[in-house]
Amino acid sequence: MDMTPQEYEQLVEKHCKASPLGKDMLWAFVIGGAICTLGQGILDFWKAAGLDEKDAATATSITLIGLSALLTGLHLYEKLAKHAGAGTLVPITGFSNSVASPALEFKSEGFVLGTGAKMFTIAGPVIVYGISASIIYGVILVIFGAV
Amino acid sequence: MIGKRMGVGTIKFDRPPRVRAWAAVGGKKEKEGPLGQEFDHVFPDTMCGESTWEKAEMHLQKVAVGMAANKCKLPVSAMDMVIAGDLLGQCVASSYAARGTQVPYLGVYGACSTMAESLGIAACMVDGGFAQRVCAVASSHFCTAERQYRFPLAYGGQRTPTAQWTATAAGACILTPAADDCAPVRITHVCFGKICDLGITDANNMGAAMAPAAYDTLRTLLSDTGTHPEDYDGIFTGDLGEVGSRLLCELFEQHGIQMAEKHEDCGKLLFDKKQDVHAGGSGCGCAASVLCAHLLPRLANGTYKRIILAATGALMSPTSVQQGESIPGVCHALVLESGKKG
Amino acid sequence: MQYIYAFITGGIICALSQILIDKTQLTPARILTAYVVLGVVLTAVGIYKPLVDWAGAGATVPLLGFGYTLAEGVKTAVADSGLLGALTGGAKAAAGGISAAVFFGLLTALLFKPADKS
Repeated sequence: MDMTPQEYEQLVEKHCKASPLGKDMLWAFVIGGAICTLGQGILDFWKAAGLDEKDAATATSITLIGLSALLTGLHLYEKLAKHAGAGTLVPITGFSNSVASPALEFKSEGFVLGTGAKMFTIAGPVIVYGISASIIYGVILVIFGAV
Repeated sequence: MIGKRMGVGTIKFDRPPRVRAWAAVGGKKEKEGPLGQEFDHVFPDTMCGESTWEKAEMHLQKVAVGMAANKCKLPVSAMDMVIAGDLLGQCVASSYAARGTQVPYLGVYGACSTMAESLGIAACMVDGGFAQRVCAVASSHFCTAERQYRFPLAYGGQRTPTAQWTATAAGACILTPAADDCAPVRITHVCFGKICDLGITDANNMGAAMAPAAYDTLRTLLSDTGTHPEDYDGIFTGDLGEVGSRLLCELFEQHGIQMAEKHEDCGKLLFDKKQDVHAGGSGCGCAASVLCAHLLPRLANGTYKRIILAATGALMSPTSVQQGESIPGVCHALVLESGKKG
Repeated sequence: MQYIYAFITGGIICALSQILIDKTQLTPARILTAYVVLGVVLTAVGIYKPLVDWAGAGATVPLLGFGYTLAEGVKTAVADSGLLGALTGGAKAAAGGISAAVFFGLLTALLFKPADKS
């Protein structure tokens, strides 16, 4: 091949169709917004049921996570996600889907080494770095509090 | 010409081995595609009645081999050798499919180029007299490939426009020596390709990663044999998809060769654009099933006199992609001729 | 009114993330990780809390809100029990979500069968 990787990269770019950004963003906006609105409804429901602000927020997360796991099991979440993209990825329902889908998929390798071990292949880093970041924030608060 | 080679890298068979029989099996989506009617057998359920996707793929391969052998009126155990490949780690679909056949088994890995690789090796085996009846087979399954290379099936991800859809299919061919007059197709040349890597790292754009390899191998084959695209009824690449096909034609055009008119791609033939497969089909089973369902029958009935099958493979692994390595591509090409005179 | 704010805020956060998906080769896991860490940082510098007050679920349901929950939890826990709180606060606040994801994930695996994409 008498072509450098740089030249080839330019050629590839010329021939690749870009993702339809406008359409994708509209889908993400509508579905993402709708999931958040649903969350607001659930939050108001738990508040009306007598939970305080904090517990109602936790109960809302749990409800959304449960709903998303159910939709994942029914293979509906992936169908919605195909169009919604970030709209189904970024809400907490996407986190739940990323835990439930490998749990289901790797069932064939057993409940321990499949479901149990593979459950966090996608969502694991979220917890690792989320909790680590919160600890660093906590340590900073301790240091500044002590000053 | 030294020995059985001509030019820089082409093997020429003076007494071309023949393809005696073949069979293509596929899944539901393949059935709904443009070639749906041409498959020997399609499974409405992609689990094929098995309990795991991996077993389903083994089943596909077994059925393909069994049907091809059946067309020769021979049991599978009458083969001298099976040369098989698939996409799974350690080629398990092939090895498990061959389990219990009592036939010497060679497992090969060439990603989506596997069918051309196994056919090429099989042709050499037959030509060299090392075997009289060799079965070359390749398979892939959308679900086994997804869970190995990408995401769990129920995961809500978006596929990019350049992504290709792994075919749930298998194709098997049985090769016999030149003296077998009943066999309707001949393999006259084989060109095993070099690894080409022009630095593509996007695993969702395999067409672009493989196009340079396809160009390199086809260029070598054409110049070694002194032929031009016009000399063939079709030049079929194995799953470059939309993007890779455009790149291949452009590469040839830059070197003054008009490829676009004769060029077709198995990945584009297998699925319809309406089937939401984005850039087209891929996987070992794609080239294998298009060859067995679509191309070989046309060679047998004389619709095509002479074609090139150039199956391409992207030879990355999930680990190499995560480590940021670029994707090495390979392409193996075969010249197939109709055995009928005239 | 709260519902409209939630819709718009949630929608905008998701639409912006779509740009990352379409324009970069970032994998979903990287985007999610970045969002949670970003949520912690934004809460730490005091930007996210006002957004949550205004948009409600529009700000807490996206994964940025998971970071917000972690950071708020740490803040309360540090006020109560100092350095120990720095370690326990985040996980404690997120316990409901994480446990739910684990348990419902397991239930999904128990109750459903893997299926092909069509």
